Amino acid sequence: MDFSALTSFVISWQSLVILAVFGISLLIATYSTYAERVVAAFLQDRVGPDRAGPYGLLQPLADAVKLFTKEEFFPAGANRGLFVFGPCLAMTTALMASAVIPFGNTLLLGNGEVVRLQAIEVNIGMLYVFGVVSLGVYGLMIGGWASNNKFSLLGAIRAAAQAVSYELAMGMALIALLMVTGTLSLRQIALQQYDGLWNIVYQPLGFIIFCVCAFAETNRTPFDLPECETELVGGYHTEYSSMKMGLYLFAEYINVFVASAVMSTLYFGGFSFPGEHLLYNYLTASQSELFAHNVVTILGTVTLFAKIFFFIFFFMWVRWTLPRFRYDQLMRLGWTMLFPLAILNIILTGAFILFFGNKEAKLDVSKEAAPTEIRTVARR
Amino acid sequence: MRLTNRAKHLEKKPMTLAERAYLPAILTGMGITLKHFFSKKATIRYPEELRPIAPTFRGLHVLKRDEQGRERCTACGLCAVACPAEAITMVAGERKKGEQNLYREEKYAISYEINMLRCIFCGLCEEACPKAAIYLQADKMAPPRFERDEFIYGKDRLVEPVDPNARSKRGIQLTAEQAEALARRMAGVE
Repeated sequence: MDFSALTSFVISWQSLVILAVFGISLLIATYSTYAERVVAAFLQDRVGPDRAGPYGLLQPLADAVKLFTKEEFFPAGANRGLFVFGPCLAMTTALMASAVIPFGNTLLLGNGEVVRLQAIEVNIGMLYVFGVVSLGVYGLMIGGWASNNKFSLLGAIRAAAQAVSYELAMGMALIALLMVTGTLSLRQIALQQYDGLWNIVYQPLGFIIFCVCAFAETNRTPFDLPECETELVGGYHTEYSSMKMGLYLFAEYINVFVASAVMSTLYFGGFSFPGEHLLYNYLTASQSELFAHNVVTILGTVTLFAKIFFFIFFFMWVRWTLPRFRYDQLMRLGWTMLFPLAILNIILTGAFILFFGNKEAKLDVSKEAAPTEIRTVARR
Repeated sequence: MRLTNRAKHLEKKPMTLAERAYLPAILTGMGITLKHFFSKKATIRYPEELRPIAPTFRGLHVLKRDEQGRERCTACGLCAVACPAEAITMVAGERKKGEQNLYREEKYAISYEINMLRCIFCGLCEEACPKAAIYLQADKMAPPRFERDEFIYGKDRLVEPVDPNARSKRGIQLTAEQAEALARRMAGVE
């Protein structure tokens, strides 16, 4: 057997990028727990955790130590295998979703090598994210069922029903976006927005629907019914303790990170920022094309992370502002408001495209163009 | 029939479109919380940061020495009698020969204990003392501790040290800025 292809991949720059994406997802999720507490505190006129390390920055570490040293508890009558499998699945699916998110354009190395700042580029990135995120609800369902506890089971059922209801409207919102962009590749969608007009301009209603559904999909307030502690003790994770509990909480924050990244990429230009063509032209003139490309790429990655952090903050901001929906209100909002609105959005989008044409006509995405070429095309 | 005329007639109106859409109300609410995000925080980072203390604040007790460094307390017991919380206990003793530089009068307190968990910091002991021996300091407080017996302050922690430089090391100490602010306020009062 020939392992040379595998070996060259393992030691390539691309594998480093994959490792970095994995690490950054975990790191951001870790510090989201800290950020959540600080944001909650600030919105309530408090200061939040500030004892562990400077500004309390070591708090996530202290939390992890606490969770790891807690007792591993298995309820009597629980299905032990599935009980452990639930949080593992929730965590794995949450991490998998970050694989296709383009965190930046390409870096050009001196030897002609091109490094994409994205773990894997697939031409169905949007579908992949959608599918993997939907799988995440199995983690909650399995965990809730395996606990052999009525509250957990109720939480799990709520999670499943909620996910199914809101995925529908979310998919509809994405179809309208798909009609505008003409591609399912997240990278292509991000590159299309290089001309400065972000998709939010074409799809304001679609964004609102997608955003609301993203809140429901990540089980965040005001849609955190699967774990509402006032009604269900703790929902699907009532019986969980120690790091298994930690994994569920962690998966939620990774989901928030992925949802923020997807929203930034789909609707807010991804790694594009205003004035990048000017910067690119200026640096090409004064330095070299290679240098200009790399600088713009790095700045783009920084911009994307700024957008992601804003959305993570937005998630927390909403959480500490709004009370929880009642279950019937949740279902009514999903089925009788968001779903028809999403269909209306598709019809409106179709009408607009009929009269004005869509982005696909402007940018030929079918052929695999080199990054610089794409930029040239996008600049027109 | 109405029992009082305070009853208010409430009308249940159907929600308007803006109310049904939730979004305007949500945005208003988020505006309110964002205002709080930038507002001044109510929390004080306690051990590092203290609230401003009034010049007349009654804090941790001190047993004073006179200008020659002798203990002023004669163990008359008036403070213990005056104490509404019964926090003060003492044992009186007679001054021996050669102890004139330690105790001002012939009788002194062999032991003098204040239970800081009982004490209500009312300052009646200070008022009762005929020898101007006990004072409640304005700039020091009994710090939190883990064990109850640590709150029973004996003479070792109550009597002013002879060395004036060592005097500032007891209880929770104000920062330099806070001490300065306190001194300024006290000067303004006097």
